[in-house]
Amino acid sequence: MIVRFFSALGAPLLAFFQYLGEVVLLAADTFRSIFTHKLRWKLFLTQVVEIGLLSQLVVVITGAFTGAVFAAQTFFQFNKIGMGSATGAVVSVSICRELGPVLTALMVAGRVGAAMSAEIGTMKVTEQIDALRALAVYPTDYLVVPRALAMMVSMPLLVAECIAVGIAAGYFVAIFMLEINGTYYMANMVRWTRNRDIIMGLSKAFCFGVLIVFISCQKGLSAREGAVGVGRATTEAVVNSSLAILICNFFLTMLLNIIYPAGYQ
Amino acid sequence: MIEAPPSPKPSTKSHLVPGNSSPMVAVRSLAKKIGEQEILRGVDLEVTRGETLAIIGRSGGGKSVLLKHLVGLMEPDAGEIWIEGQNIIGLTERQLGAVREKIGILFQGAALFDSMTVAENIAFPLREAGERNPKVLREKVREMLDVVELEGQEEKMPESLSGGMKKRVGLARSIVRRPSCVLYDEPTSGLDPVVSDSINRLIRRLQKRLGMTSVVVTHDMKSAFDVANHVAYLHEGRIYFYGTPNQLQQTSDPILQDFLLGRSEGAGD
Ligand SMILES: Nc1ncnc2c1ncn2[C@@H]1O[C@H](COP(=O)(O)OP(=O)(O)O)[C@@H](O)[C@H]1O
Ligand SMILES: [Mg+2]
Repeated sequence: MIVRFFSALGAPLLAFFQYLGEVVLLAADTFRSIFTHKLRWKLFLTQVVEIGLLSQLVVVITGAFTGAVFAAQTFFQFNKIGMGSATGAVVSVSICRELGPVLTALMVAGRVGAAMSAEIGTMKVTEQIDALRALAVYPTDYLVVPRALAMMVSMPLLVAECIAVGIAAGYFVAIFMLEINGTYYMANMVRWTRNRDIIMGLSKAFCFGVLIVFISCQKGLSAREGAVGVGRATTEAVVNSSLAILICNFFLTMLLNIIYPAGYQ
Repeated sequence: MIEAPPSPKPSTKSHLVPGNSSPMVAVRSLAKKIGEQEILRGVDLEVTRGETLAIIGRSGGGKSVLLKHLVGLMEPDAGEIWIEGQNIIGLTERQLGAVREKIGILFQGAALFDSMTVAENIAFPLREAGERNPKVLREKVREMLDVVELEGQEEKMPESLSGGMKKRVGLARSIVRRPSCVLYDEPTSGLDPVVSDSINRLIRRLQKRLGMTSVVVTHDMKSAFDVANHVAYLHEGRIYFYGTPNQLQQTSDPILQDFLLGRSEGAGD
């Protein structure tokens, strides 16, 4: 009975650890390549533009409406106890530390991660990756390194953008729709928002970018034959990236909170 | 790592051992299983420097799989592959780079990079080798397009090409760096007879003028007889026949005759 239970558990568990191993190996291979081989600047810049362009709309809308709704909800609660002007502080700190990085990363996983796994997956099933290898080009150097570096550069910028838009939207809702006193709102916000909150958000952004790029590239590189294979790889890339982001976010929060503690000191 | 390949074991009855010059490619008891399916069950094969070998065989018989092994794109379960006296089994992906610079391969589906134009596809191997001068690249691309009879198609994207045109662009890409050996996977399938003939002439020309070694996988018996010095018939995962085109034509072996005459198995008279 117990043996059956564990052997039934064994196969999927083994598959899971093998999958994890493949992602980690790809990451290790990529970092080795970054430090030992010449970067293809043109591909890197193309990817930065691609990631940036693909993400503008989703990042701005995510930031704006998250900031707006969060300001409204916070105000509704805080106003009851006469603390309406503290809304700005709560909005800005939570957007910097949690909402900005997590929501941006989820959106980027859906947009950029999907595009990466679909593009690489298509190359895999149409033998273009074999063609690269046959032409003595190492696929990690050519496909993964530019994307990984572009993601590491772009994610913090996108999250910064999301935070800025979110705080601005929160301000507009608070001042023009909820009629909070703008001076108090700003004063509280600036007083309670610290550099470390922003650093925490951007550190998370970097980590989430790394998660998205390696999970998506690995799914693309291991895509199975046919259009079905590419579709499945794409879906799994988005789902796995999103889950990884949410799970790692908790541990990152606990870890980073030791380095950059929350609150006013 | 550089040592002479062991002398071939006597294998299938009709497997002739080619002359004593050191072979460009030597394959020893190559075996490969994909999933539960045994694709190759002990292939022995040699390709002499400068010759053209045609590999024929039924569709799905593992010809493409065999070609991919020769440049290390797939890893065999057992056996050896010697390229110019170097065993490539166990080399890492980066070490294989040096071997792959010697060998061009034309994939069955051409495998053009679909994010690049025809010109960029053909220039890709040169760029990767460090050539940056746009004038040199343009000139080279024009010359290669001339060779494959696709003049003036530089700016087209692969998706707007017909199957035969893709094949020829792929061919141009695989020979642009003048490798000493080229592997062609069905270079003439899906091409009209006139273009097929020009591809066959091209393969012969590359052999004569540049001394390129060629391995041509083909269904097209006319093309096999046209270009090949030797023909190998891959059957049930082994080389069932190896010989000259003449020997093949005169064979009385029923399996070979079925294949040559296009009869389905067990068809009477
Ligand atoms: N990457 C692969 N994964 C699974 N099966 C494969 C793969 N490549 C080839 N095969 C199988 O191997 C067999 C031989 O294929 P192939 O070498 O393409 O035949 P052909 O002689 O027509 O070129 C086929 O049955 C094919 O389904
Ligand atoms: Mg084939």
